[in-house]
Formats: sequence, structure tokens, C-alpha cells
Amino acid sequence: MSMNIVQQQHWIAGSVMSQGEEIPRVSTSLTSEDIIGAVRVRLSISRMSYIVEPGLYAVGNPDTTSSVLVSANYKLSFDCLRRALVDLDVWILVLDTRGVNVWCAAGKGTFGTDELVNRIRAVGLEKIVSHKKLILPQLSAPGVAAHEVKKQSGFQVVYGPVRSSDIREFLKAGMNTTPEMRQVRFDLVDRLVVVPVEIVEWSPYFFLLGLVMLGLSGLTCMGYEMSSLWTRGFNIFMILLVAFLGGSILGPALLPWLPGTAFSIKGLCVGLALWSILVPVLDLSSDVWAALPLILSITSFMAMNFTGCTTYTSQSGVKREMRYAIPAQILLLVVGMFLWVKFGIV
Amino acid sequence: MFMKYLSNVTTLKMDREKCIGCGMCKIVCPHAVYFVAEGKATIIDKDACMECGACARNCPVDAISVNSGVGCATGLIYGMIGSGGTCCGGKDCSCS
Repeated sequence: MSMNIVQQQHWIAGSVMSQGEEIPRVSTSLTSEDIIGAVRVRLSISRMSYIVEPGLYAVGNPDTTSSVLVSANYKLSFDCLRRALVDLDVWILVLDTRGVNVWCAAGKGTFGTDELVNRIRAVGLEKIVSHKKLILPQLSAPGVAAHEVKKQSGFQVVYGPVRSSDIREFLKAGMNTTPEMRQVRFDLVDRLVVVPVEIVEWSPYFFLLGLVMLGLSGLTCMGYEMSSLWTRGFNIFMILLVAFLGGSILGPALLPWLPGTAFSIKGLCVGLALWSILVPVLDLSSDVWAALPLILSITSFMAMNFTGCTTYTSQSGVKREMRYAIPAQILLLVVGMFLWVKFGIV
Repeated sequence: MFMKYLSNVTTLKMDREKCIGCGMCKIVCPHAVYFVAEGKATIIDKDACMECGACARNCPVDAISVNSGVGCATGLIYGMIGSGGTCCGGKDCSCS
């Protein structure tokens, strides 16, 4: 690793010498720059290039007996880890996961056995520490075979806690975890922080649909009326916007309490609730019956897409759900569009 | 808050004959699917399995099999329409 490039980073606080090599030391406190960076990636801005140079880093004043923590090179993950290491003397070995977090990178195999073994060799870890233990985040296990790492590098993998905030306690307990440390959670905040990215990613498709519906609103019994675009067209655009944003936010927020286990069903419930609120607010006459399937289609779809953000949905389950949910969502959309045009013409 | 997804769908299978009771599956499982006693692991909460594949990957005697993959509708849709393959593969994937 080039010291020069790394030393320019604001989160570097000097360096430590080990076996004649200069190793950068990371700060354990986050600055406003880190927080702005985190907000940006949570809004899907430059998310795939928020990276840390792979290699070995020091925290505090580690020596040959200090623990080695392995991490991904997504800066959001790295920041989360270093923030949890205040006043500790440890090494951090950052793998090249191409800027992807631990769990997703493990699923893809980039946080994997090969990368770990190669990185151990590349930094010459056997010369830096006298022991043969590595602490890996538990969620890297889908990509790393501990017994293979031992065979290929001589280092023993110890799976630490799921959350970096438990590392201090884990180390203090002599590298022992409690059952709580091993279990993944998905609390309200965990669910909400991933919502903005979903909204940003899907908004182009939403605007396309909104514009189509806006355009279709001009169709009347007396031909194409531009004036209808500002009344009926504006109405449907706003209704769809409420469905899109409402479905994307309320689905995840209310996830444990919404009826059903399938996300598409949970989304239908959100849609029904939004529709029943919109009906008395807007004076839509027969258009309410066209708005209903359109809203349901969008909220169900957005809730279903949230499966990718959760910590507990299996691929077999998502496949089964999609088998009936996608045809139903398409049908609802087509029926809604048909009714919208029909009510405009009649 | 621990939530459950669809039941009776997971592809998780374990061969108890092969199991040596090392307990790695229990250690790596993020959803407490396993219990280890008397030198054997047992699947005690199969429906909690999210098919992440950590147990199968870390079983030293290949006693566990699971079709692991990301449970992500967006990724599966992109896969179906032939762009980007699975979630976490594409540059614009939301799960990072």
C-alpha cells in the first residue's frame, strides 16, 4: 500500500512502525466529512466509489500480540468499525471488496477465502503479529470458509459479533460472543436508513409511469383536451407520487405490523390505507376506482422490492412470492390504466 | 425485532450422519437456526433460514447444503430481464 496516498486521507492519524514498516494509524472518531460522506451514500450519491485503500491499518499502538480485525473496504463499513475501537490497540486488515459492505460482499464472494488469504500474504501478516488468529465479522461467513483459510494461510478465523458496536465487549470477554451478538436484527432505524436509496433507484421508472398517466389524462369524449392535463392529469400524478413515496417509506417502517408475511401483501395493505385516506381528500368521483388498482400496484411492487434490503428474506421465498405477485401487479396496473382512460372518455 | 418470512421454502438440508458436531454452523448463522448437543448439530428453526449460505460454506465436512443467494426481488427482476444478473452484482444495486 502506498503510504503517500493513504496519508492524505483525513481519517489517518500518523503511523506506527512494525518490523521496519510504516503502517498508517486510523483515527477512531468521525469528523463532519465522514458524516457528510455517509449521508451522501445513503442518498445513493457516488455510492459505489466510497472506498478505502485495502491493506493493513493500526488503531492505537498495536504490537505483535494485538488482535487483527478484518473488514471490507466500503468506507461506511470501515467508519462503523473504527468508531467502535476507541482506546483499543488493534490491527485492521482491510480486504478489497470493491467498495461493497461485508455481508453483500460475502454473498458475492469478494469478501471471501481467496481475497483474505491473498491479503494476509500481501501485507506479510505473519511478520506483524506473533499469533495466528484473525477476527472476522460474523456476516462475512457466507464468503469465507474458516477451515480453508486455516489450511491455506495457517491463520485461524474467529467469527466475531455481527455488529461492530459489540467488538469491545467481545474482546473483553476473551473473544466470546453472546447469542444476542450472533443474531441479526432489523429495527426501525435499520429499515429506514435503506429507504432513500430505494426511492432514488426507482424514481426514473416512477416518473415515466407518472408522465404516461398524465398524458393519458388528456383523452376525453371530445378528443384530446390539454386543459385536462392540469386537472385530472395533475391529480393522478400526485396520487401516484403519494403511492410511490408512501409505499417506499410506510412499507419498511410498518413492516413488522403489516398483515401478511409476503411483502407484496404488506404493500397492498399500505396501498389500501393510502387510497382510503386520499378518497375523502380529493374529489375524484368515479376516478377513485381507477386510482385504487394503480395505487395497489405501486405500493405492492415497492414493498416487494424491499426484500433486497432486509436481513431475513430467503431467495427461495422471494422467488415464490414473485411468481404470483408480479402477474398480479401487472394486472392491477393495466386495469388501472384502462379504467383511467375509460372514465376520461365516458 | 425478529421477523419471519414465508415458511416451508428454504432449500437448507443437513446430513446428520456426516456431522461432527464442531458447531461452526451455529456460530455463523445470523438467525439462530441451529442447536448443537451431544456431538451433533440440529436444525431447530428451519423457517428462519434466509439461505445466506454461511453454514454450508463453513462446514468442514460438507454436511450442509443450501441454494444460497440473495433474497432480493430487484435483483431477480434484473436477472429475468437479462441485465446485471443478481443483486449485489450490478453497479447500481441498492444493497451496499
